[in-house]
Amino acid sequence: MSFWDVTRQLADGFGITLIIFGITLVASLPLGLIITFGSMSKIPPIKWITKVFVWIIRGTPLMLQIILIFYGPGLMNWDIMLPRLTAVLVAFIINYSCYFSEIYRGGIESISKGQYEAGQVLGMTKTQIFFKIVLFQVIKRIVPPMGNEIITLVKDTSLARVIAVTELVKAAENIIAVKSILWPLFYVGAFYLLFSALLTFLLNLAEKKMNYYSG
Amino acid sequence: MSFLEVKNIYKSFGKTEVLKGIDFSMEKGEVLAIIGSSGSGKTTLLRCMNFLETPDTGTVSVNGNVLFSSDEPPYSDAEKREKRLHFGLVFQQFNLFPQYNVLKNVSLAPELRQLKGKKLSKAEKKEIIKQIDDNSRRLLDTVGLSDKVNNYPCELSGGQQQRVAIARALALDPDILCFDEPTSALDPELTGEVLRVIRELKTSDRTMIVVTHEMNFARGVADKVIFMADGVIEEYGTPDEVFGAPKSEKTRSFLEKSLENP
Ligand SMILES: Nc1ncnc2c1ncn2[C@@H]1O[C@H](COP(=O)(O)OP(=O)(O)OP(=O)(O)O)[C@@H](O)[C@H]1O
Ligand SMILES: [Mg+2]
Repeated sequence: MSFWDVTRQLADGFGITLIIFGITLVASLPLGLIITFGSMSKIPPIKWITKVFVWIIRGTPLMLQIILIFYGPGLMNWDIMLPRLTAVLVAFIINYSCYFSEIYRGGIESISKGQYEAGQVLGMTKTQIFFKIVLFQVIKRIVPPMGNEIITLVKDTSLARVIAVTELVKAAENIIAVKSILWPLFYVGAFYLLFSALLTFLLNLAEKKMNYYSG
Repeated sequence: MSFLEVKNIYKSFGKTEVLKGIDFSMEKGEVLAIIGSSGSGKTTLLRCMNFLETPDTGTVSVNGNVLFSSDEPPYSDAEKREKRLHFGLVFQQFNLFPQYNVLKNVSLAPELRQLKGKKLSKAEKKEIIKQIDDNSRRLLDTVGLSDKVNNYPCELSGGQQQRVAIARALALDPDILCFDEPTSALDPELTGEVLRVIRELKTSDRTMIVVTHEMNFARGVADKVIFMADGVIEEYGTPDEVFGAPKSEKTRSFLEKSLENP
């Protein structure tokens, strides 16, 4: 099997990997913020329900969550059966929103009370304080941990194969099972490396851009 | 009727009674120094006047207008925002906004305030921003920082940062500017430049309340001095009265101690 045949077959898998990565990222970034507000809520039931939910999601394997979301509804005799890719996306989005929410929370809590109070005595509204003062400082602080999480997401996409979604690794596996050749695995490895290297580069760039002040 | 009248302020945190009936008044253009040992409630008093804490009882009025009264129902956030603008507060820890340069630190609040919720043409908006910008530069000039407008707070010394914080508070032109130990977080050699700025503000007739541990400053600059102990005003008078001839035993022992280790 030639290099180009393999590349063509892997390309589809890579497309699925990219979809899982992209949609999870775009959906989890804002959803995570909503979960953060829930876990920092002043209303105790909201706060505790959110915290327990986040604890469960972070405390169990993503693979288990994917399986549960795919097979769960059917086994409960509900009349829904999510398409495989949708089930994967739902599981990833829930899982990553929870991880992101904890990073956001850490970032928000690391901003000193003095920043809020300075805004308050200057007559700013709560919204102005959040968007004009706090938000940028939070972003600056969370870029490094978010970067780690995003790189992990790149590699986690391979978990989708557990319910037979043909992402990149599964695509390679299909080839080597049929053709008994090993090298497509290294090819795929190189793909992941390049992808993470590109993201690392972009994240470092963002970090550098925000380093015009310290603290 | 005095310019500022504070009456019967009580404030507890849970079971801790921190302010136990504070009454005082001051005139326009006066400088009031508040001294007292740690935990006597000085910060809490300033925070009450700036609406960062809500007193349990009492009233605060400025220029004949009641700003706070415990008899009124709790104020909405919007009401608090209007009311607190009569006061300004300079914090011990400066609390500058690290992501903005010096100029923006000063101009941000007036800009947000004057542009919020108004339908303005581009030209009008530009005009307002220019005015605020000019005013901010002028204020930074009065605190001696006209050469630092483009620097970020992290590039300044503590004394310079505190002077930016003073300019920032002045930008909203408060009736009464409060300082909470403005020099306590500074190295000794930097306190002078901040105190000098406060002294200059006095000559321009700013009404100010300064919580301080700098006895020489309180004595030299203040028109009136309050000595607080355990949540009450233990002694009130001119600097000569409080420092020269303290009536209360507590004041005397406090002053003796602060002379030993200033
Ligand atoms: N938010 C709060 N919750 C509980 N107790 C508080 C709170 N704020 C202040 N206190 C208590 O109130 C008392 C007075 O505090 P405050 O900060 O007003 O004193 P201070 O005179 O400013 O002291 P210092 O000279 O150390 O700054 C202290 O015993 C403090 O522990
Ligand atoms: Mg204090």
